[in-house]
Amino acid sequence: MGRRVAITGVGMTHQRSARPDVNGQELINEAVRMALDDAGMTRKDIDAVVIGNMDHFEGINYVDTWSVDGSGALMKPIMKLTTGGTTGTTVAMGAYYHVASGLFDRVLAIGWEKNSESDTTGAITTAFDPFWDRPIFAGAVAGLAMEATAYMAATGATEEDAAYVAVRERKHGLNNPYAHLHINMTIDDVMKSPYLSWPVKMGDMCPRTDGACALVFVSEDVADDFPQKPAWILGVADRHLWAYTSDPYMDVKTGKAWFPALEKASAEVFKKVGITDPLEQFDVAELYLPYSFAGLRYIESMGFCDRGGAPELTRAGAFDMGGKCPVNPSGGVMSSNAIGATGLIRVAECTWQIQGRADERQVPDVKLALATGFGGCYWSDVLILGKEKPGKARG
Amino acid sequence: MNEEKKDLIALESGEMEQPFKWAAGAYGSKFLTELRDNKKFVGAKCPKCGRVYVPPRRVCGPCYVELTELVPVSDEGELVTYTVVSFGFVDPATGKQRDVPYGYAAIQLDGADTLLLHFIDETDHEKIKVGARVKAVFEEKRTGSLLDIKHFELLEGQA
Repeated sequence: MGRRVAITGVGMTHQRSARPDVNGQELINEAVRMALDDAGMTRKDIDAVVIGNMDHFEGINYVDTWSVDGSGALMKPIMKLTTGGTTGTTVAMGAYYHVASGLFDRVLAIGWEKNSESDTTGAITTAFDPFWDRPIFAGAVAGLAMEATAYMAATGATEEDAAYVAVRERKHGLNNPYAHLHINMTIDDVMKSPYLSWPVKMGDMCPRTDGACALVFVSEDVADDFPQKPAWILGVADRHLWAYTSDPYMDVKTGKAWFPALEKASAEVFKKVGITDPLEQFDVAELYLPYSFAGLRYIESMGFCDRGGAPELTRAGAFDMGGKCPVNPSGGVMSSNAIGATGLIRVAECTWQIQGRADERQVPDVKLALATGFGGCYWSDVLILGKEKPGKARG
Repeated sequence: MNEEKKDLIALESGEMEQPFKWAAGAYGSKFLTELRDNKKFVGAKCPKCGRVYVPPRRVCGPCYVELTELVPVSDEGELVTYTVVSFGFVDPATGKQRDVPYGYAAIQLDGADTLLLHFIDETDHEKIKVGARVKAVFEEKRTGSLLDIKHFELLEGQA
């Protein structure tokens, strides 16, 4: 079994629609410097670097090499991970595996993106199969919209139910100085925003963002040597289930599963950590919710409530600040989405919550936090972070 | 800040082109030539679980066995979920933007266990229903592409 692993340093740029004042590696450097300062380290103290983005969003395919000056990886072991929307959480898991393996004590995890440098939908199209997906690909928005249609048909949920999620995320984002969008939206604003792909409206969707995030992962052998209290990784799991863009909807038809990759990944990690009632046990969750309906369907997939139960819980405020389990105090993906950074920011926000350093968006007394990544053809990464050092490494 | 921004330079790639030549493989080619020459659909059947993949795949992911039997499937099927797309973007394969709005759906052809994403001939979301019956409409000129299917039409009175 591996070693226990903690996060001791956090760095993040202010997420913005465009950063023409920096190139990619300069943007990376801002987050890395902040993370190293936070951990009281210099570049020399880092044993290895794990970095990720979606290459085709910037059109630069050798990012690990091209960014070494800014990332601090010059003449160090470095590994690039690219898994779509899950990139940031995959980077976190990669850094975790590096340290848990016993081969490295101090590993820097970096996720970044400059979505302003290309057309995001055009770039996403090139992630998919040239014969069976690309000719008829209608963008990530249309893919999510078909999920929303199926969800509404199966549960009777409404567009207004989803609008409650969008409003909550934007309201939370007002407390986060790092968030890209700072907009006070009402249900009416969301409902009156134009359709991008029925039933998904402009107000339901995440923005396109430039930003970077960096975290320092360390082993249990050195975790007490840092200025900040460690936030421990209690368990991780991921599932990549499907090949083609039409595959995820197969389960909608059979009704056997709701969102199989997320169900399997969360079931595995919940079992490892001893989570039987996520709504009661988690103090806070930072979830990769790329659009409003995800805030309903994904909550149900992870067992926060039964299928079709999320709208009522959401309207009752269970996931608001002060609710039973606040979701996305940071404002989440619907407030900032620098794609390669997005998943890592979920883990960063959980770290700050556990350390009690989340300022205006702090949830009181966080002991257990949940982070997820979403991407590709409904891929899922799930990580659980805790305040207390775990009894043993759980994988 | 605005004064400073004026001095920031961005490089535009212009009309970039990077041609690729992808292989469809034997099964993919069979599917596309059947579409092109006979306006017919074929799938591949898993010898272990019986699942029929359309377009045909060489491997059944869950069973992890090679598929050896190609089977015909219908050009009619059921609409599993749908959307009406009004968000326009430039398709990197063609350099063109599709006209919006357009109907778009996941379709299960009769005899298939997988879904096919394609266009549908209706843009009023209230006239489209989950469970509706649809039928493929083919292009006159066919080239051996998924776009040899023009779209799927909603069949009246069968939703």
